[in-house]
Amino acid sequence: MRREPPRSLADYTPLVFPALMLTVFFVIPFSTMIMVSFFRRDPAGFFKPDFVVDNYARFLSLFFGNVLGFSLMLAIIVALCCVAIAFPFTYLLTKQSRKVQTVWLVCLLSVLSLSEVIIGFAWSTLFSRTAGITNLFVWLGLMTEPQALLPGFGAVLTGMVYQALPYTILVLYPALVRLDPTLLEAARTLGASPIRAFLNVVVPALRNTIVATLIMVFVFALGSYLLPQILGRPQHWTLSVLITDQAIYQSNIPFAAAMAVFLVLMSLALVGLTLLVGRRENAG
Amino acid sequence: MSGLSLNDITKQFGDFTAVDDVRLDVPHGTFVCLLGPSGCGKTTLLRMIAGLEEPTAGAVVLDGKDITAVPTHKRDLGMVFQSLALFPHLSVGDNISYPLRIRGASRNEQNKRTEELLTLIHLSGYADRPVAKLSGGQRQRVAIARALAISPKLFLLDEPLSALDAKLREAMQVELRQLQQKLGITTIVVTHDQREAMTMADLVVVMGNGKIRQAAPPIEIYRRPADAFVADFIGSTNLLEVTADSAGRAIVLGQAIAGLKLPGGVGKASLSIRPEDVHLDKPGKDAIDGTVIFVRDLGGTIETFVEAGGANIVSVATPRERPNVKQGQKVGVVLPPESCVVLAL
Repeated sequence: MRREPPRSLADYTPLVFPALMLTVFFVIPFSTMIMVSFFRRDPAGFFKPDFVVDNYARFLSLFFGNVLGFSLMLAIIVALCCVAIAFPFTYLLTKQSRKVQTVWLVCLLSVLSLSEVIIGFAWSTLFSRTAGITNLFVWLGLMTEPQALLPGFGAVLTGMVYQALPYTILVLYPALVRLDPTLLEAARTLGASPIRAFLNVVVPALRNTIVATLIMVFVFALGSYLLPQILGRPQHWTLSVLITDQAIYQSNIPFAAAMAVFLVLMSLALVGLTLLVGRRENAG
Repeated sequence: MSGLSLNDITKQFGDFTAVDDVRLDVPHGTFVCLLGPSGCGKTTLLRMIAGLEEPTAGAVVLDGKDITAVPTHKRDLGMVFQSLALFPHLSVGDNISYPLRIRGASRNEQNKRTEELLTLIHLSGYADRPVAKLSGGQRQRVAIARALAISPKLFLLDEPLSALDAKLREAMQVELRQLQQKLGITTIVVTHDQREAMTMADLVVVMGNGKIRQAAPPIEIYRRPADAFVADFIGSTNLLEVTADSAGRAIVLGQAIAGLKLPGGVGKASLSIRPEDVHLDKPGKDAIDGTVIFVRDLGGTIETFVEAGGANIVSVATPRERPNVKQGQKVGVVLPPESCVVLAL
């Protein structure tokens, strides 16, 4: 499509509304947060306007470095798991009849109505020793005695993947529905087995969709602060948990703000890197 | 037998019978056109040959081997889809070499074969272009080259030229036929365009309602259609009612046609005569009386519409043969018996 560059100021008018929204809901709150991150904490009250870098300096420790690393790693694993599960699932879903698809999508949408708290406690019950799924395994003869599956990394991962999966499927669904089914048939007539055709044709044809979905789930998982607390040990707590802790329980808003700014910058950098790699591969 | 045999193939979708007991033998190297109106089962039949649909009953036999249960990817065939289905994320060269890559050919072999094929389709030097940058006709050729990359035993095409404009389509028909003759490959094309079938095929298979109505060389289909459906579908024709009188002579529109006889015991039938076989003469004893109701002068040919005995008859001739026929003129319509085809009702 050919577009002419805007010439007069009036050509920019369609941008006014989005720009306004972006300013009110992103630029102003984020600027406030950056501002607060340089303030000094006041134990008696809230914070005092100042310009100190203590909040950032305190952050540069091994402990917070580890937490940041763990948070990013967890979010990446959640994103990979979600896409790895949701992509084949959604693909197979699009092959079903209209009616079956509708039922599945309605069920998935109803999962979205569950709050993070309910999901957390539901999984903590399912993973418990006394009432959990291991009792079922014992009954089936797969295990000798019931076990507690939480707290632990597996439990945190399961909960977060469960929470993000409906979003992943709903984002992938439109792209997969629109995919030309003859592409796959063509690959099969050319000698590719169904699985190979799927990997050779469907996955690359939807690469941009997959990258976009990975980024979405990654950002979504990065903000999760309840599930790691309910299902994990303290070493599984993410930066979001620590931010909540500092802001709400320690009343250290400047430090919480500094961590939040850092988290946003790190995730933006990671997203940018992904896009850059994607573009380079596309060009090559 | 070397070639493709379809042994009593039936395909049902629920209660609907898409392909009904089709039996066809295609000798090696034959160019077959499956021709019929939409919904006649021709695409379903092609998809069963490709293995993309499973027949409800019957067998597909290739070179004496039953391949009905062989999955598509092990049939070593080449297929061109109506949508072409070129892989959008691959370049022209990578699209063409895909079937070779799947079969583990070396990089060298792949490049060599891709070059050969690009030369064959007159697109050398296009290997690195993205598919999206090609014109419709070029994409068509890339799809054909990709299907031919492994020198398949069977070359299948599903309405391959329907997306092209009329002029390009005609040119591609000739090109496709020449390519097939050069390679000597058994080819099956699904089409609803009878001109396309006439141009390319050794064997035209006319289908209707899931059944084969007639399978014959194009000129035979045109000259000797098996029934009214085929006669009407292939080219244009005049379908008239013919009855037998007590002496056994054939009577059309009240006029006995000398030299034409109905099969014994048949009192009534259909008669098909092509417009170019209908002669117009002065009104006379041996001709059917008619009135010219419309003349369409197309430059190359003149189509004359004649009203005779309650029926409309179309006659086509060149301007040289028929210089001055006017609307409203009284004419005598002559139906040469050797051009009349009597079809059972």
